[in-house]
Amino acid sequence: MASHSNDHNHNEKKHGYYTGDIHNQFVEEHHDPKNVSIIWRTFWILLGVTLFEVGIAFTAIPKDILLVIFLVLTIVKAYYIVAFFMHLKNEKISFKYSILLPFFLILYFIVMAIAEGNYLNFIG
Amino acid sequence: MSAEAAVASTSNKSWGGGKSPYNVSWGKMYMWFFLVSDAFTFSSLILAYGVMRHRFSEIWPSANDVFTHFPFVEGHVPLAYVGLMTFILIMSSVTMVLAVDAGHRRDKKAVGTWMLLTIIGGFMFLGSQAWEWYHFIHGTEQGAYIHQDGTVGRPKVDHHTNAVDMNTLVLPGKKEISGSEAEAFKAKSEHFHGANLTKNEYGHPLFGDFFFFITGFHGFHVFSGVVINIIIYINVLNGVYARRGHYEQVEKTGLYWHFVDLVWVFVFTFFYLV
Repeated sequence: MASHSNDHNHNEKKHGYYTGDIHNQFVEEHHDPKNVSIIWRTFWILLGVTLFEVGIAFTAIPKDILLVIFLVLTIVKAYYIVAFFMHLKNEKISFKYSILLPFFLILYFIVMAIAEGNYLNFIG
Repeated sequence: MSAEAAVASTSNKSWGGGKSPYNVSWGKMYMWFFLVSDAFTFSSLILAYGVMRHRFSEIWPSANDVFTHFPFVEGHVPLAYVGLMTFILIMSSVTMVLAVDAGHRRDKKAVGTWMLLTIIGGFMFLGSQAWEWYHFIHGTEQGAYIHQDGTVGRPKVDHHTNAVDMNTLVLPGKKEISGSEAEAFKAKSEHFHGANLTKNEYGHPLFGDFFFFITGFHGFHVFSGVVINIIIYINVLNGVYARRGHYEQVEKTGLYWHFVDLVWVFVFTFFYLV
C-alpha cells in the first residue's frame, strides 16, 4: 500500500479530490479557463436549436420531414447537455460506454413498441 | 519481491486491479447510474405515450390547439409559453454548470451566487408549470361537448378573430356539424371545460392522463432538484465544502439538475413539437 500514498503526495498540488472508495484514487478536476466560454457556447447552441424548432413548427414543411428534423435536433440538444453540461466528454472512455451502451435497450424497446403497436387496433 | 513487482505491473492497466478503473468518485458514479435508471423510466413513459398516440391518432388532440396561452397576451399563441419554459430551464442549467466551474476554482462566493440563481430558475420553472396546468385544467371559456359515446365536439373558433361559433361543432377529423345535427349532438352530450383524468375537452382523455403523469413526474423531479439544490446551497454558505477542500458535491447535484433539463428536452419534443 506504500505505493498508493506516494501517488497521493505526488498529486497534492493539483486540483481534485479522492474517489473515497477502497482505492481512494486521486481524480483531477478539469480546471480550465476555457470552460466558461464552452458553457456559454453550449447555451447559445441549445437556445438557437430551440428557437429554430419553434420557428419551423408552423411552416409549410411536411409533417413527416418535420418529425425527422425534430428527432435529430432533440438528439443534438441531448448530446450538448450530456457532453458539456454533465461533462461526460471528460470522463474515461470505459465510463462513457457503461453509461451510454444500456440505451441500446431503449432502441430495442422502441422497435418492439412500433412492431406491437400496430396490433393494438385489433384488440380494441 | 515478485509479488510487489506483479502489483506494480498491473497497476498501469485500468482493469488490472488495484485501482478504480473509471477514475470517478463512488458518489458521482452512483449518481450517473441512478440517472441511467431514471432515464429508462422516462423513456418507458414517453414510449407508452407514443404508442397510445399512434393507437388513437385520428382523435388525438394537437398540442398546438391545447397550449395556446401566453401571460398578458390575448388570442392564439401556441408554443411560445413552452418555449419560454424551455429557456428558463436551459438558463438554470447554465447557472448550475457555472456553479460547478466556480467550485473547481474553489471560489465559495461565486458557487453560492450561481447556486442561488439556479434555485430561482427552478422556482420560475415550477411556477410556469403550475400556470400551464391551471390553464389546461380550467380549459377554454367555450368548453366542449362530450358525447355519451366519448366523441368530443368543440365549438368552432376563428383563429384570426377569436370569434366562437357555439352552433357549429368540430368533430374529430375536422368534420363540422351545425344546425339540427349539432343540436342533436348537444342533447346527448355534457358541456365540459378543461381536463381531468377521465374527461378532456380537447380530445381523447388519455392525452390528459399522459400530460398530467409525465409533466407531473418531471415537475416532481424539478421540485426535488430545487430542494436538493437548497440543501447544497446552505452547505456552501456554511463553508462545508470549503473545509472539505473540494466542491464535488455541487458537481453531483449538478448532474441531477442537468438530467432534469435533459428530460425536458424530450418532453418538449414529444408533447409540444410533434
